[in-house]
Amino acid sequence: MNALRFLLLRREAGIAVMIVLFCLAVGSQKPQFLTLDSLRIILLLTPLILIGAMGQMLVIVARHVDLSIGSILGFSAMVTGMMFKFYPDIWWPLGFVLSIGVGALLGLINGALITAFRLPAIIVTLGTLNLYRGLTYIISNAKQIDRQFVPSALKSMSQTSPILGIPWIIFISFGIALLTYVFVMHTRLGRQIFALGSNPVAAPLRGIAVNRVTLLVFTLSGALSGLAGILYASRWGFVNPSNTGSGFEFQVIAAVVIGGVSVNGGVGTVLGTVLGVLLLGCVAAALPLLGIPGTTQNAIYGAVILIALLIDRTVRRQGIASLTMRAGS
Amino acid sequence: MSATETSAPVSPREAAPPRPMWQVIVIRPETMTLLLLVVALFAASLLSPYFLDVTYILKSFTLSAEFAIVALVLTMVIISGEIDLSPAANMALSACLFAFAQQQGLPMPLAIGVGLVSGLVMGAINGFMVIRLEIPSIIVTIGTLTLYRGIAQVLAGDKSIRVPDWFIGINNVLILGVPVPVIVFIVLSILLGLVLGTTIYGRQLYQIGTNEVAARYAGIRTKRIKFVLFLLMGLFSSVAGLMTASRLGSVRYDLGLGGELQMVLMAMLGGTYIFGGRGSILGTFLAAWLLVIVSTGMTVANVLPAVQLVVLGILLIVAIIATNLIYSRTQR
Repeated sequence: MNALRFLLLRREAGIAVMIVLFCLAVGSQKPQFLTLDSLRIILLLTPLILIGAMGQMLVIVARHVDLSIGSILGFSAMVTGMMFKFYPDIWWPLGFVLSIGVGALLGLINGALITAFRLPAIIVTLGTLNLYRGLTYIISNAKQIDRQFVPSALKSMSQTSPILGIPWIIFISFGIALLTYVFVMHTRLGRQIFALGSNPVAAPLRGIAVNRVTLLVFTLSGALSGLAGILYASRWGFVNPSNTGSGFEFQVIAAVVIGGVSVNGGVGTVLGTVLGVLLLGCVAAALPLLGIPGTTQNAIYGAVILIALLIDRTVRRQGIASLTMRAGS
Repeated sequence: MSATETSAPVSPREAAPPRPMWQVIVIRPETMTLLLLVVALFAASLLSPYFLDVTYILKSFTLSAEFAIVALVLTMVIISGEIDLSPAANMALSACLFAFAQQQGLPMPLAIGVGLVSGLVMGAINGFMVIRLEIPSIIVTIGTLTLYRGIAQVLAGDKSIRVPDWFIGINNVLILGVPVPVIVFIVLSILLGLVLGTTIYGRQLYQIGTNEVAARYAGIRTKRIKFVLFLLMGLFSSVAGLMTASRLGSVRYDLGLGGELQMVLMAMLGGTYIFGGRGSILGTFLAAWLLVIVSTGMTVANVLPAVQLVVLGILLIVAIIATNLIYSRTQR
């Protein structure tokens, strides 16, 4: 019972166990799932979601939600792709600057609307989700950026590797996770996000500039979606006005909540979120091996979100119960 | 607090003067919606003389009638302080289940029953998670939105399922010259408007949305009322789903995709307060017509669908800012 409670309370341990059990279960059916090759496949499925999840984690910890990240990803990828198309001679790493910058700007717009008019994030980002997607169609004239326009140096980031055969793109995403860890654990601003999320009423009384923190959180979420945008171009080699990034928000939210970030704000860890992303990656990689059609993916993401919410609630109840017991004894 | 304290006379200097009656009546979001509706009609009639033709407007309304019907119930959900983003996905899944059932050879009444019951079940799942398990409705319905449409995708795949010929075309059936979906919408508006405006349940709904804790202490069965709302939401989503299936003649998993934007937009344009406790069916009723005229107007003016998406997105944000402003100026 104690061990069970430990697992329930240590969310990260629980997810790690789930990943191991899942991999063993799939591996017992299809042994090739437990090879280095499939580890590579799993890791290659995760970078975009991982980067998006870092931003969404901050947003949810601050008791908001950002539904527009998929459209931000699509828009910034499209802007960057068009730059590559019309200025083929440009120094390609500039694409990163542009994509991240555009993403940050769109995120800032979200944050500004939410703080300036005291609007709920869910409605604002539902609006901008459609707004940004519409803008993507407009600037691109509904035309796809094809493979030949994406610089080969950018595309090779998803294939070539500095070390151990692990592509650059994976290093980048885990680097972002590491940076986020340092940011939330070791900077004042990072801690303020958690303080704001655990008690929005008390936060201003403790001298936290609520509006500034909220703006920051949405800008970061946008910037990271922008980074995910150019990495999308790197990973898949094209940018499509309708497909690129569509549904991204649901994958990311699923990863974040299964990773133990509480939707009631103030609770969440980078490690948990990373494990949540890996779990989703394992599931996504196992589906084709088990012969389950790709059309089930969305249903699985939805089920994952709901299951995670149920677990989250159970954990909260357990935590409260143990606290009251301690107080009573 | 004792009765003597509350009945103590307030000095006239401290009490704010009551707002004049005309302000109370005129300065409210519904007036704004009505004004916009008139302006939109005027602008649209300049664009094309067809807009002065009632049958044309009724015909274009059938395209959005399904969303408008759900938006009416959604208005009540938002007034009670919750939100539901899953109805469009609910429409798709219940329509898919219905189409799937009749394809498997179930008699039609039974298949329709399958569709409606599935809608109720989906509403019950939302309600259970939001009310019984006390998980925020925003995140629950984001989850069920993904799940419901995901299951529809599993069921239907990329194919479209046909429905029998006699079931097709509910939007072309006229009663006294009015298409059936529009009649359903109008009747439901009147019914829900009466419930919200004249019954105890309506008042209790506003009370729940204004202050749920206070409502519970006042003896209002907040949980039961909210659960019924989610059930209604599920039921009418499936009705809307079946109506869409009848209008389109076939069912795909992406039926009503993105409809949550339009539904929320109708409620917001109609002046429903996003934080609960304020709003009216009349507002949503007017907003539905406004939205139909705006989107039909844009289609007539050859505005690209992408631009229409941008306009709807901006409209949503502007509507909620304006509503908040009006409510903050006219404090209770």
